[in-house]
Amino acid sequence: MKYSAFRLIKEALTGHKGWGPQWRDPDPHDAYDYVIIGGGGHGLATAYYLAKEFNGARIAVLEKGWIGGGNVGRNTTIIRSNYLLDGNEPFYEFSLKLWEGLEQDLNYNAMVSQRGILNLVHTDAQRDAARRRGNAMILNGSDAELLDTDGVRAMYPFLNFDNARFPIKGGLLHRRGGTVRHDAVAWGYARGADQRGVDIIQNCEVTGFKIENGRVLGVETSRGFIGAKKVGVSVAGSSSRVMAMAGMRLPIESHVLQAFVSEGLKPFIPGVITYGAGHFYCSQSDKGGLVFGGDIDGYNSYAQRGNLPVVEDVIESGMSLIPGLGRARLLRSWGGIMDMSMDGSPFIDKTHIEGLYFNGGWCYGGFKATPAAGYCFAHLLKTDRPHETATAYRLDRFMTGHMIDEKGQGAQPYLH
Amino acid sequence: MIINHPLLGPRDAQEFTYLGDASLINRPYWLSENALREFHDYLHLRDNPAGLHRELWFHEQGDRSWLVVTRDTTTHEITKVELARDVARVNRAAEVGA
Repeated sequence: MKYSAFRLIKEALTGHKGWGPQWRDPDPHDAYDYVIIGGGGHGLATAYYLAKEFNGARIAVLEKGWIGGGNVGRNTTIIRSNYLLDGNEPFYEFSLKLWEGLEQDLNYNAMVSQRGILNLVHTDAQRDAARRRGNAMILNGSDAELLDTDGVRAMYPFLNFDNARFPIKGGLLHRRGGTVRHDAVAWGYARGADQRGVDIIQNCEVTGFKIENGRVLGVETSRGFIGAKKVGVSVAGSSSRVMAMAGMRLPIESHVLQAFVSEGLKPFIPGVITYGAGHFYCSQSDKGGLVFGGDIDGYNSYAQRGNLPVVEDVIESGMSLIPGLGRARLLRSWGGIMDMSMDGSPFIDKTHIEGLYFNGGWCYGGFKATPAAGYCFAHLLKTDRPHETATAYRLDRFMTGHMIDEKGQGAQPYLH
Repeated sequence: MIINHPLLGPRDAQEFTYLGDASLINRPYWLSENALREFHDYLHLRDNPAGLHRELWFHEQGDRSWLVVTRDTTTHEITKVELARDVARVNRAAEVGA
């Protein structure tokens, strides 16, 4: 079923009785050409692009719970292409371009809103770094604009400009960045994949791999054995647990990241603001809630909830940037599990086991990467070669010394 | 989280900083034949278990001792706290004994 204004009018006049389910609920077959483990944004996008762009046939997505129930439903919905390093920026720019055409491509309203992201600077050194980053972005086809204090004041007059310790000296504005309705991304990709024959199998937990002579033959699941020529693992948050079933140890630790939303307010933050003097970022959803977050808790965790010290830290940072925040009541907070990698950058790569491929290590930046991660992972699954924008995301880069460390923190996952 | 320090009693986890898996105590021997591979694995690869995890915490705003905390990563419950010094001695003795 194609969605359109005409269709909406027709359904409105006939009591909305014609809307069917957006995807089927099939039983698994005995075997597939491609099995994608993980029905999150990345897994569903991979299946979609595999079917659409790479003419893949007989594809299944296996999901332990329900699709979109993990990090794609738990993030702060920001999309952007404002990275510094060569290994990253072309990839994220490719992703942002896919976001820009996503709704037409999927025939699905994902509420892609390019409302602009402003990274504030508070010192001369930060302004220099912002200028350098902006130049790197422009060189890679993205957009960047350096604002002075007056420029920031014109956009966001309510910020705490004259903070004695961290005065706002300007900001790097990335106009094409913005937000997306996150659940609709999972649903849109699921619908698009399903229309192209992909079997989306929910409540199907993978319990093991069948590997013989260094080659994967299929997966054991809670719904029986499913044979596969190629298996793609896309389960960020649980990557170490799944790959351990294939005998692999990964350069990843799982950490919990918390996010927050306030009660609904009248529109007052038109874009996304990030603080340069503390880890805090904030936007306002179309429903009016302020959506914000900060640092990870900083210790290994698989519990999808964090602790109070980080809540306090995030709120303190928020208050020092937006004093008006103190008048809003917090509605909800929640936690998601992040694949924190050893250099803060992800992996889209083959493994040493033939037919087994891995996509993960997205730290807390996986949402914005969803379209490109799906596209590049599909490219790798189909052709056995990395997509031109994802050649740096290799599992062996710590051995060869080709780390992609945006922050320069070294192998300290809790600092990325 | 409350960490029950073996010398100081129960302390708030905010007084500590976190490092990671307690296997970081067992630094490879720099002259071993496969030192490059061993140091790569030591520095970058992790078991990252869901469940009991032995990990290093540093009492930065306290007595500046290193602790090995056994904690469940699915519930955050702490079941055991040892001085890292003691754990290192036991590890060393096991190595020499072997």
